[in-house]
Amino acid sequence: MLLIHCPYCNETLPEVEFAYASEAHIARPAKPSDVSDEDWAEFLFMRSNVKGPLYERWRHIHGCGRFFNAVRDTVTDKFLTTYKAGDPRPDLSSLTEGLK
Amino acid sequence: MTRFNAFNLLKNAMSGHKNWTEQWPDSQPKSEYDVVIVGAGGHGLGAAYYLAKEHGITNIAVIDKGWLGGGNTGRNTTIIRSNYLYDESQRLFDHSVDLWQGLSQELNYNVMYSNRGCLMLAHTVHDVQSFKRHVHANRLNGVDNRWLTPEECKEYCPPINIAKDARYPVMGGALQERAGTARHDAVAWGYARGAAARGVDIIQNCAVTAIRRNAGGSVAGVETEKGFIKAKKVAVSASGHNSMVMATAGVRLPLESMPLQALVSEPVKPIFPCVVMSNAVHAYCSQSDKGELVIGSGTDQYVSYSQRGGLPLIEHTIAAISEVFPIFNRMRMLRKWGGITDNTPDRSPIIGKTPVQNLYVNCGWGTGGFKATPGSAHVFAYTIAKDEPHPINAPFTLERFRTGRLIDEAAAAAVAH
Amino acid sequence: MSQYRVSGRGRVDTSRAVTFTFDGKSYRGVQGDTVASALLANGVHLMGRSFKYHRPRGAIAAGSEEPNALIGTRRGAGRFEPNTRATVQEIWDGLETSSQNKFPSLKFDVGAVNDAAYMLFSAGFYYKTFMWPRSFWDKVYEPFIRAAAGLGVSPTEEDPDHYASRNLHCDVLIVGAGPTGLAAARAAAVEGLRVVLVDENAEAGGTLLSEPQARIDGKPAWDWLAAELEALKALGVKVMTRTTAIAYYHQNLIGLVEKLTDHLPKLPADTPRERLWRVRAKQVVLAQGALEKPLVFHGNDRPGVMLAGSAQTFLNRYGVLVGKRPVILTSHDAAWYAAFDLQDAGAQVQAIVDTRADVDALLLNEARARGIAVKLSHTATATSGRLRVSSLRINPVAGGTVGSGQEIRCDAVLMSGGWTPSLHLFSHTKGSLTWDDDRTTFLPNNTPEDCVIAGASRGLWGIEAALADGAEKGRAVVEALGKTGAQVAYAVEADRPGTGVSHKELPTDLSAGKAKAFVDFQNDVTAKDLRLAVREGMRSIEHVKRYTTNGMATDQGKMSNINGLNIASDALGKKQPQVGLTTFRPPYTPTSFGAFAGYHRGEHFEVTRKTDIDSWAEAKNAVFEPVGQWRRARYFPKPGEDMDAAVRRECAATRASVGIFDASTLGKIEVVGPDAVEFMNRMYTNPWTKLAPGRCRYGLLLGDDGYIRDDGVIGRMSEDRFHVTTTTGGAARVLNMMEDYLQTEWPDLNVWLTSTTEQWSTVALNGPDAAKLLAPFVEGVELTEETFPHMSCVECTVAGMPARLFRVSFTGEIGFEVNVPAHLGRKLWETLWDAGQQYGITAYGTETMHVLRAEKGYIIVGQDTDGTVTPYDCGMGWAVGKKKPDFVGMRGLARPDLQAKNRKQLVGLLTEDGSKLEEGAQIVFDPKQAIPMTMVGHVTSSYDIGTTDQPIALALVAGGHEKMGETVYIPMPDRTIAAKITSTVFVDPDNTRLKI
Repeated sequence: MLLIHCPYCNETLPEVEFAYASEAHIARPAKPSDVSDEDWAEFLFMRSNVKGPLYERWRHIHGCGRFFNAVRDTVTDKFLTTYKAGDPRPDLSSLTEGLK
Repeated sequence: MTRFNAFNLLKNAMSGHKNWTEQWPDSQPKSEYDVVIVGAGGHGLGAAYYLAKEHGITNIAVIDKGWLGGGNTGRNTTIIRSNYLYDESQRLFDHSVDLWQGLSQELNYNVMYSNRGCLMLAHTVHDVQSFKRHVHANRLNGVDNRWLTPEECKEYCPPINIAKDARYPVMGGALQERAGTARHDAVAWGYARGAAARGVDIIQNCAVTAIRRNAGGSVAGVETEKGFIKAKKVAVSASGHNSMVMATAGVRLPLESMPLQALVSEPVKPIFPCVVMSNAVHAYCSQSDKGELVIGSGTDQYVSYSQRGGLPLIEHTIAAISEVFPIFNRMRMLRKWGGITDNTPDRSPIIGKTPVQNLYVNCGWGTGGFKATPGSAHVFAYTIAKDEPHPINAPFTLERFRTGRLIDEAAAAAVAH
Repeated sequence: MSQYRVSGRGRVDTSRAVTFTFDGKSYRGVQGDTVASALLANGVHLMGRSFKYHRPRGAIAAGSEEPNALIGTRRGAGRFEPNTRATVQEIWDGLETSSQNKFPSLKFDVGAVNDAAYMLFSAGFYYKTFMWPRSFWDKVYEPFIRAAAGLGVSPTEEDPDHYASRNLHCDVLIVGAGPTGLAAARAAAVEGLRVVLVDENAEAGGTLLSEPQARIDGKPAWDWLAAELEALKALGVKVMTRTTAIAYYHQNLIGLVEKLTDHLPKLPADTPRERLWRVRAKQVVLAQGALEKPLVFHGNDRPGVMLAGSAQTFLNRYGVLVGKRPVILTSHDAAWYAAFDLQDAGAQVQAIVDTRADVDALLLNEARARGIAVKLSHTATATSGRLRVSSLRINPVAGGTVGSGQEIRCDAVLMSGGWTPSLHLFSHTKGSLTWDDDRTTFLPNNTPEDCVIAGASRGLWGIEAALADGAEKGRAVVEALGKTGAQVAYAVEADRPGTGVSHKELPTDLSAGKAKAFVDFQNDVTAKDLRLAVREGMRSIEHVKRYTTNGMATDQGKMSNINGLNIASDALGKKQPQVGLTTFRPPYTPTSFGAFAGYHRGEHFEVTRKTDIDSWAEAKNAVFEPVGQWRRARYFPKPGEDMDAAVRRECAATRASVGIFDASTLGKIEVVGPDAVEFMNRMYTNPWTKLAPGRCRYGLLLGDDGYIRDDGVIGRMSEDRFHVTTTTGGAARVLNMMEDYLQTEWPDLNVWLTSTTEQWSTVALNGPDAAKLLAPFVEGVELTEETFPHMSCVECTVAGMPARLFRVSFTGEIGFEVNVPAHLGRKLWETLWDAGQQYGITAYGTETMHVLRAEKGYIIVGQDTDGTVTPYDCGMGWAVGKKKPDFVGMRGLARPDLQAKNRKQLVGLLTEDGSKLEEGAQIVFDPKQAIPMTMVGHVTSSYDIGTTDQPIALALVAGGHEKMGETVYIPMPDRTIAAKITSTVFVDPDNTRLKI
């Protein structure tokens, strides 16, 4: 069971309080009707499924209820960082640098 | 290749088993192949076997980053069944069950396919409706599956608790008698031996780092730890790593890889005659020939390649087993392990061509790939050889995610595979 | 005293006799014995039979790594467990134990014919035969193999014990309370850290319990141990014995299982049998010690052949001589000390046979002083004895040549092949290992977890080294936690560190094919099997393991992994790391299911959510059904009624007068804020802007793929406030989906979402008399057609309770849903129940609700839809706001396949012969076609117990909306039923009954 830092509560808490919400930074097109079938399928279904640092979303469902973003290494399951929804995507090199 | 039979076994026993030969050689890569298959699990080795046997293509390499059969082929709970809901799924899985029936003889390798039956328990009114829908759909497709009352369920598998006051009482069950289990490792070994005997190179411990494409976009070959290997066609069935491998060819897949855990109990004398699946309670159980209760657990919620998995799922899984089979509460868990499952949005696989010419993919089996091994391998081989899908895998395209023509077994029935 | 008990030795209490049975025969042991030590004290070595060859076996070890001495243990009805390790189970008065895997008896087992056919049953033989004839596998071969396999028998009764679990947070968790763990605990505890020290044994001490000769800081080991434990407890260390660290999970979560009652003669009241601890530790010290390796030679499995260190443990901890005339066979110094201890305790050691040419002169002198014969540069090639070893055959080895053999008579063979660090938990962390050629073992390298490994588990032998490393690693942990630790040194006398060499199978003069030299004892895997596997092309240890089952027994390779690896590596001509080590998998030792299930059994398997009105339904003998986590009243049978009769009555009464229904489980979400209406417009298919406050509307929710996810009536309580209802099972899912879009796609919208499902009790009244019954209780609104028409909502007072009143109908009758604060639900219900008597009010359950709504063609999401159905498929295009720029699912609905012709569409069905269709039955257009048939849809809902004069059904049929009046066919096993496609509305299509 993972320990997860909620950037809103500023606490590190067990995974059972959180719900996974898949890959992060996949924005819903502003005008869906202008989007092609291919691009809609890309938005709905295609995922990078990275082996390594993955930008992903969690929801502190049994806590503050907020969705937030995380970068987690899917090989070790270690979190590199978590950050608030809407915050810019952190630079990967700075995160992995910190890990070393 | 020494044929396996009672005579040769006896003969070799007499000579102290010193004359058995290796079941497959430890091949080194050649510079060029007609077909390179990435992933030496049951699906990849099986595809090589059928390409060689049925399509006359023998200049094949099956390449794996580790040992053959070391991925999900050797990490699953070996349940085999075909009582799916949709026609497309039934055809695919029933094709597989047909091949399972004769697979030991086909491969001259006892894969111990055991027709012990698979019973799916219904615990809610919704389950009953859903499973009866399966039973009827299966019947009209010629796939065996029949409805049992709670008492009949108990008679078929005595450890089941059918008490009316259970938290989730058993309201009946759907039984597929042709379903069962097999010895998972033997499937990989049997296909490996059969393929190798037909000239296929099995190259272990050689990770494919990228798929290389020609200027025109079609496949040129694969980059590996041991150098570039030229290939006319490349077929990927590297469960747990398909997204990464395919991404190197510029193909994005609708997959998320999740950890799935499974466990076994200490071995006991025969007590559990069949496979039982209880989707509402999340209990999946059978007993191996060795005597261990083989129990499927759940999928952790997050993408991971760590093969670790968490404690809460194990607690829940065992609670579910004790709920449905209370006599097992004093049994002990011997070993648990994790695998990586590639999950598609509709929980059905993708088998077919890709936007890249001469690149083929077989992926997205979620938790249910083992049962499909022979059937999937067979139609995948057809697809590779003919550059067009076999009618059975034609619906399982990558394209369906654009059109919306999904084969949504999960949504349809809330059935874990 | 028993024949093999040594007075003055051991930590057992010889003044307290304990009587137990083994295979029906009564034995006496003493307080503190395990089953194994007590049987050995009585001269009993034969304790079990092996898995495949049914060979007689005795205990080879003294602890949890034991592969052979597995027994059934029983404490009266319901309390039986198979495969218990006799070396772990403590005895108590009345304990019943039995041997396993034998027929008819342990001493004469017919299954042992397998042993005679040994040559046939080689590794992988299953894969090579049993294939002809094809049908025989299921009928003949497999049942035979299954019956022969397995060890003990399964329990057959429900477990009467209960189990518990607890969470624990600490600074430092130390696994293993031997010298390493004790020293680490002290280092951490003196700095004021919260320390937990766990050990699987009945008492803390580890090696110290088996080495009373040592002196630490001037004190005899046991005195030092007692004082140290007291000191640690005084420092606040939580010392837990009979507690096994079973698994190491992410971020220092360690699962512990504490055994609380299996060692007690009388079960204390209200004590769980076992407790699962989920420990989250800031730092973990792994001090699991090392395991002794057996030597691999022909006949090494005969009862009486055991590990030298274990014999030492039996003597020093339990006061039991495992033999009076033992012979020692070793490649390591450790076993020499076992010889000395046994000799000093009265045994006559027949010889010390060492495979090495050179042995420390001190050891040789000690042996000489005791008059023990020493044979260096010798191998062992055989043992004899039927059910107990009676001799060992040894041969000199010179220049790689095995000389002629000589028999040494004995009653026990004590072997040692050196030691293997216990890396199990370290391995669970995905820690990496390095190979150490000198010690022929893997050693720990890096781990991603906050954990250190110390003492013998990283290859340091001897008490002094263990204490020093424990102190050192303890200090490292202290510093990792931001404190400064002190340097501590321990002085140890009479320590026995020792060295040795490692072997593959011992050299032999037997022809290789003949030798039964066991590597995995329980699974009967021999060295020859491993070599055969390699010969057949198995090149990794993973393949060798799976092909031979080496390491897959209930000891999980503790006895066999390294020996197996050494032999496989030799056969492959490769170094061990190139062949690999199979991963150690949790749990460390086999762990009761009950410990994992914990509290979650029976009615506590999963939480049961109940409404405030549930207790009333229970009192009225309602029959319940599980729906999600809720239990809902399905119907209210009167005496003698079955479900059909009850539902028929409930339906009729509701259409005739008034029915009352508990709708509290419906999901409820409050959507509030200045942008609430815009949010609703974007989430639901329907347009909401023009819905006036005080009015409600049926809402449809899609996924962005265009398929129906949920539905429910939604009331606009005021301009900025919506009362949203969802399906019972969908509430949490819908709220999560709403939050997702609100927080991450439309954070600019000023809207708050709150789950109010459990804030409200909801009582539904339906029927022609509903308004008449309810009106007198309502303050704030008049229940007339003009003032409160169908699809109205209002905040008012009902029977003096604050209420949200909805005029809605899921039955086609005049309907109201009264929401009151949850705790007032039953009060409201009873008020209306009492007042309704004049109208013959009838309580109905979910089944009647289903029937009545189906008669009106109202869908149930999840029953009439299945995740592949669009609003248009359901004939609910009217609910889709086509003028809206966007809503969730709009783009998905435009995808080619969702726009395709001939989609399956929801229709009504009436059978031609008036029979009832089965839900789930499949529909075809052409009934004469052969199997496999082309199916065009299925029956989603079907009832013959409602108020229509013939059975009705809803179905999804391909192109159904264009096929009104056409006939379709439902092929059943016994006959084919013809049915006509109709509208989905069977009752009151003009909605006249909705009017007051």
